[in-house]
Amino acid sequence: MKALRNYIDRIKPQFSEGGKFAKFRSTFGAFETFLFTPNTVNQGGVHVRDAVDLKRTMTAVIIALVPALFFGIWNTGYQHFLAIGNNAATFGEIVCYGLIKVLPIVVVSYVVGLAIEFISAQINGHEVNEGYLVSGMIIPLVMPADIPLWMVAIATAFSVIFVKEVFGGTGMNLWNPALVARAFIFFAYPTKISGDQVWYGAEQMADGFSGATPLALAAAGTYNPANDMNAFLGFIPGSIGETSVVAILIGAVILLWTGVASWKTMVSVFVGGALMGFVFNASGMSCLTWYEHLIIGGFAFGAVFMATDPVTSSRTETGKYIYGFLIGAMAIIIRVMNPGYPEGMMLAILLMNTFAPLIDHCVVSRNISKRLNRVKTTK
Amino acid sequence: MSQKVKLRKGLNIPLKGKAEKVFEQSTSAVKSIALKPTDFNMLTPKPAIAEGDKVKAGDAVFFDKNHPEVKFTSPVSGTLKQIVRGDRRRILAFVIEPDGQNESVKFEVANPAKMGREKVVETLLNAGAWPLIKQRPYDIIANPSQTPKAIFVSGFDSAPLAPDYDFILSGQESDFQMGIDVLKVLTNGQVHLSYNGAYPMSKIYSSVKGAEIHEFEGPHPAGNVGVQINHIDPINKGEIVWTINPQDLLIIGRLFSKGVFDATKVIALTGSQVKAPKYYRTVLGANVASILAGNVEGDNNRIISGNVLTGTQIDANGYLGFFSNQITVIPEGNDYEFMGWAAPGFNKFSAGRTFFSWLMPKKEYEMNTNTHGEPRAIVVSNQYDSVLPMDIYPEFLVKAIMAQDIDKMEQLGIYEVIEEDLALCEFACTSKIQVQKILRNGLNLMYTEVG
Repeated sequence: MKALRNYIDRIKPQFSEGGKFAKFRSTFGAFETFLFTPNTVNQGGVHVRDAVDLKRTMTAVIIALVPALFFGIWNTGYQHFLAIGNNAATFGEIVCYGLIKVLPIVVVSYVVGLAIEFISAQINGHEVNEGYLVSGMIIPLVMPADIPLWMVAIATAFSVIFVKEVFGGTGMNLWNPALVARAFIFFAYPTKISGDQVWYGAEQMADGFSGATPLALAAAGTYNPANDMNAFLGFIPGSIGETSVVAILIGAVILLWTGVASWKTMVSVFVGGALMGFVFNASGMSCLTWYEHLIIGGFAFGAVFMATDPVTSSRTETGKYIYGFLIGAMAIIIRVMNPGYPEGMMLAILLMNTFAPLIDHCVVSRNISKRLNRVKTTK
Repeated sequence: MSQKVKLRKGLNIPLKGKAEKVFEQSTSAVKSIALKPTDFNMLTPKPAIAEGDKVKAGDAVFFDKNHPEVKFTSPVSGTLKQIVRGDRRRILAFVIEPDGQNESVKFEVANPAKMGREKVVETLLNAGAWPLIKQRPYDIIANPSQTPKAIFVSGFDSAPLAPDYDFILSGQESDFQMGIDVLKVLTNGQVHLSYNGAYPMSKIYSSVKGAEIHEFEGPHPAGNVGVQINHIDPINKGEIVWTINPQDLLIIGRLFSKGVFDATKVIALTGSQVKAPKYYRTVLGANVASILAGNVEGDNNRIISGNVLTGTQIDANGYLGFFSNQITVIPEGNDYEFMGWAAPGFNKFSAGRTFFSWLMPKKEYEMNTNTHGEPRAIVVSNQYDSVLPMDIYPEFLVKAIMAQDIDKMEQLGIYEVIEEDLALCEFACTSKIQVQKILRNGLNLMYTEVG
C-alpha cells in the first residue's frame, strides 16, 4: 500500500490548485479518499471524532440492500421460467437469467448517476458526495426487470440532475432521487412499468399463466389469500427488489442495528399502513387484510429503505412518527381509493417528502412557543 | 427545591488513559506560568505592568480594557518576563517567572455575609479572582455591575477522562463552604450545586450549607453546567446566570479565609500517550513541561489543556489554560489509512454500530486526532439530538446560526448553550461539521447585535 500511497502523493500536486489537471480536482479527490481515508486532523473544536463518516454510513445501507438485490436476481429468473412454463430450470439457469436482466440495470444506474455526480462536483468545485452510492442501488431495485436500459438512463439522469444537483447535491434534496426516477418512468412511460407483461422478460406466456401482480389482482378484487406465504417470501412478480419481505427485513435489521435508519420512521410506516389496511378491510372497500397490504407490492421496501432516507424524511424525532404514520396511511389510501394504478407507496413517500419540512416546522415551533411561554410565566 | 434528574441522552467516550487517584510530584518546580487572554471570550487585554516588573501573588498583570475594574493577577510572586504577542500585536500570553519567594498581596479576611455585596465584589476584583466567574449567555467573564438571577456550580465533570472532583476537593470543606458563602452574597437568587448521582454524595458537598443541592445522573454531558441549568432553571431572554467551577470556587474560598490569592489547583494528567496518568498539584497557568517530562510516549502527540472535546491545543512547553483542570495527551492522526471506511474497525470507536467495535462494549480506545472523513452536508438525522439532553433542537439551531438568523437563534435557545454543551454533537457528526466553531460565531454575533 505504501507504493500506491507514494504514487498518489507524487501525482497529487498536478491535481491541486495550479496543477496541470486542477480541473479534475473533485474526481481525483473522490478516488483518493476512496482508497485512503484522509490524513486531516481536527483543528479548533473537538480533538477526537467518531470514526463514522458518510462513506461508512452509505456502505452500511448498501450492505442492507444486498439481500434484496440477490433475491431479486434469483426471483427475476424464477418468474421468467415460471411464465414460459419451464419447470425444469436449474438454480444456475435461474440465477444466470436474473443476472443477465438485473446487472445491466445496476450498471446503467451507477454509470449514468455517478457520471453526473462527478461532472457536477467538478463544475461546482466541491467534493463528490457518497449519497449516490445508495440511490444508484435503489433505482434498479424499484424497476421491473424488463425495463429498457435507455429508460433507466433517462430516469436516472432526470432525477440526479433535477431532484438532487439543482438543489445542491446530497443532503439538500427535497425528494428521494430513486423514487423520483421511478415516478419519472411511471408517468412518462406508463405502459412500461405496469400492466401484466413487464415482469417476466417473456414474449410468449405459457398457457393459463396469469401475469398479473398480486397488487393488480387485489385491485381487481381477485387476490387469493393462499398466496400470502409466497408474497411474504417473495416468489411473486414485482419490481426487482421489492418482492421478498424476508430479504427486506434482513436489510431492516442491519439498518436498525447499525443505527443508520430510524426505527421510529420504519415502525410508524408499518403502523400507519396496518391501521389503514384494517379500516379498509373492515369497511369492505379492500379485499386485502391489513397484513396482506404490508407484504405485497412495494410497501415493505418503501418503509425500510425509502421512507427512512434521513435527508428527505422529517428530521425531528417527534416529526418522524407523524411522517412515517402518514406515509403508511397514505400508501394504503392511494392503493384502495384510486382507480388508475394499484400501487401507492411511491406517491405516498413523495407526498410526505414534500410535507416533511412542514412537519418539522410545526414540531420546532412548539419548542419555540414553549420557550416564549417560559418567559411569560416567570414574569 | 432540590431536584433529582436522570438523563438518558449523551455519550461517554471510552478513552484510554484515565488518571489513577494518586497525587504525583512533578519532577521539577514550575519554571514559568502564563496568563492567556485567549482563554476568555471577547476580552481585550491591557497590560497593567511592563515586562521586567516584579509582582507578588495577587498583583495585577493586566485588565479588561472594556471593564478596567476586572483585573487579572499573578498567581505567584516573580517577574513578568514577557508579553507574547501574535498577529497584529494581539496579546497571547503574559509569561511570569516565579522567584520562589511566595510573597502575596494581603486582602481582608472577613465573613462575606457581613462585608456586604459591594465589598465582596471589590475584593474579588482586586485579588484577580473575579475572572473565575463566568456569565451565561455567551460564556464571558461576569459583569461586576450586574446581579445574576442564580449561580450554578456543577460538582462533577463528566467529560472524557475528566478529573474526579470528589478526590480533588476532599479535605477542603471549609474553603469550599466559604466559596459558597461568597456566591450567596453575589446573587439575590439561589446558589445551585449539583453532584453525580451515580455515586454517593461526597462529604464536601453533603456538608455544604446555603446551596440548593441537585442530583444529576447520566452520561456526558450530564456534568455540564449548561445542561444542569436547562433542567433546574433555564435561561430566558434577558436573564443572566453565573457559573463557576468547584476548584475555582476553592480559590475564592481561600481568598476570603486566608486573605491571599492562592491559585494552586490539582490537575489530572490523562490520555493514552501518558505513561502513568495521575493527579498533580500545580498552579493556575503553569508551564506543563515539568509535568510532562519523561511521562509521554512517542513524539507525534497532541497535548491538550482540558479534555478532548473542548480543550485547547498547546505545545509541549505550553501553559495550562485558565479554567483547565486536566491535561490530555493523545496521538496525532495525521496519517492515511488504506480503505479506512471499509475496514471492519474493531479498534474504532463510534456511537453507532457501523464498525464492529460494538462487539466489545467495555473496550477503552486509543483515539487519535484524525477527522475520520471529510466535511459533508448534514445527512444523518438525530445524531445531535441523541447526545444533547436539553430541551433544544441543536441541528435547527446550528442551521439558524449558519443563516445568521438572529430571531431564529434566539427562539431556538442560543442563550442556553455554549460550545461545551454542543461539543458531543460535533464529535458524533457524520458530516464532520465544526459545530463548536459555528456556535461561537453565533454567540459572537448575538453579543454584538443584541448585547
